[in-house]
Amino acid sequence: MELAVQLGQTVLNALAYLGSLATLSFRAAYYTLVAPFQGKPVRMQRAVTQAMQVGVRALPILSLITFFIGLILALQAAYELKKFGAMNFVASAVAISMSRELGPLITAIVVIGRSGSSFAAEIGTMKVTEELDALETMAINPIRFLVTPKFIAMVIMLPCLTIWANAMGVLGGSLFGVTKAGFTFLSYLNATADALFLRDIVSGLIKSFMFGITITAVGCQEGLSTGAGAEQVGRSTTSAVVISIFLVIAVDLVFTAMFFFLGGQ
Amino acid sequence: MSGSLSPLNEKAPPAISLRNLRVSYGDREILHGVSFDVQQGETLVILGGSGSGKSTLLRTLVGLERPTSGEIWIKGKNLATVSNDDLDYIRRHMGMSFQGGALFGSMTVGENVALPLREHTKLEDPTIDIMLRLKLDQVGLSGYEDYLPSQLSGGMKKRAAVARALAMDPEILFFDEPSAGLDPIIAAGIDELILELKQAFHMTIIVVTHELASAFLIADRMVLINKGDVVALGTAEEMRTSTHPRVRQFLDRIAEPAVSQELDYLQMLTEERHGNRR
Repeated sequence: MELAVQLGQTVLNALAYLGSLATLSFRAAYYTLVAPFQGKPVRMQRAVTQAMQVGVRALPILSLITFFIGLILALQAAYELKKFGAMNFVASAVAISMSRELGPLITAIVVIGRSGSSFAAEIGTMKVTEELDALETMAINPIRFLVTPKFIAMVIMLPCLTIWANAMGVLGGSLFGVTKAGFTFLSYLNATADALFLRDIVSGLIKSFMFGITITAVGCQEGLSTGAGAEQVGRSTTSAVVISIFLVIAVDLVFTAMFFFLGGQ
Repeated sequence: MSGSLSPLNEKAPPAISLRNLRVSYGDREILHGVSFDVQQGETLVILGGSGSGKSTLLRTLVGLERPTSGEIWIKGKNLATVSNDDLDYIRRHMGMSFQGGALFGSMTVGENVALPLREHTKLEDPTIDIMLRLKLDQVGLSGYEDYLPSQLSGGMKKRAAVARALAMDPEILFFDEPSAGLDPIIAAGIDELILELKQAFHMTIIVVTHELASAFLIADRMVLINKGDVVALGTAEEMRTSTHPRVRQFLDRIAEPAVSQELDYLQMLTEERHGNRR
């Protein structure tokens, strides 16, 4: 009985948390899509600054990681394909795994580590130092001023980063393909292009768009719900990362299943 | 000090009117029915020890906390039941200087002060620039617009925060512990700044503090809050000569600040344990 009550409470809390994320996302969507027509323009300058931070500055580390992932995928695929003498399928194995799954996922995880955590830390610190209160007393809505530019930056930059990650993964795979699987660089790229359908790339991009919303919502929500005191900022940052990773993978599962069952594959 | 103003003020409606204000955090009631008026152009100091509810009162006055019951009338609107749009309207006529300054760390002092103007007005950049310099000049920070808050000393941060609070030419200015964390000389400078603002703009100023010296210097009237109730309300002179035991206790405590804080803390703890008194 005790257990059932606790379980019920946990489920309720989880649902309430998801509700708060959805509310935050919808409010950001309202300030992006509706409010500008009511004379409350979006802070584009802040969104661009965020986009630089979220996107451009993530490129070096993301490139390196996804290059390695592409190479690892090629090696792992070759291990099995070699048995069938089908080494020429290495290119398509890498291309499809990257664009449908690992490109969006690895990008999301890198962005969680860099930006999701920093959203929580930034907003959490502002809460602790009364800066959020200061915004409110100046009649400036913190959601519009702080959260919305982060959403805009994230839902634009995450798909862009994902495309870049896919390309770097293919490049990583080609290193193996060219040196060990008898491809030339050009033939590897041709094999990649032949293997990929538009839906592979698009399904990955749809996922990455959803990941962007998830990461921003969790990061900002954790920041906004920071308690009093500096140590609470650390707690918010940690839980932003942990919850984001979990939810991104959950969202990934939902969308992968949806594409599988609705896509008729 | 405000003698020349008072005849006019008596006819004018109060700037802020509190009626039986109750505020709770969760189950714990912090303010147990506070009522008083703040006249236009007067400086009211809210005094009280730690945990007395004075900060909660201030947060409620600027709309950061919603009361559980009672009324707060400002500019013809009741803050207790006001819509968000009306609250924003009232807030554009208020300025608040927070205890730690609450300047935005990622923006320069100039950007901080100009923020309300950029958000709420359609002024061109050159105009905003001029207003920004005026505001910084008023608080004695001319030439600091390109500094980051982290490059300023504690006193300068407070001044910058006051400049930001002044940006929209508010009718009511709120200060949360203006001298907290400052050395006596810098704190005296802030007191002087408050007096200057009062004389120059005839603003309604509300200051929350537990610094008695500062309170007696700047206040037209004072209100002493203890455990969520108004204990006494009157001019500085009336407070000084008051025989009310709580007032005496509070005023006489200045001789032993360390002990008084401990007592306050213990009192707060026992109060929590016994729950609400009402």
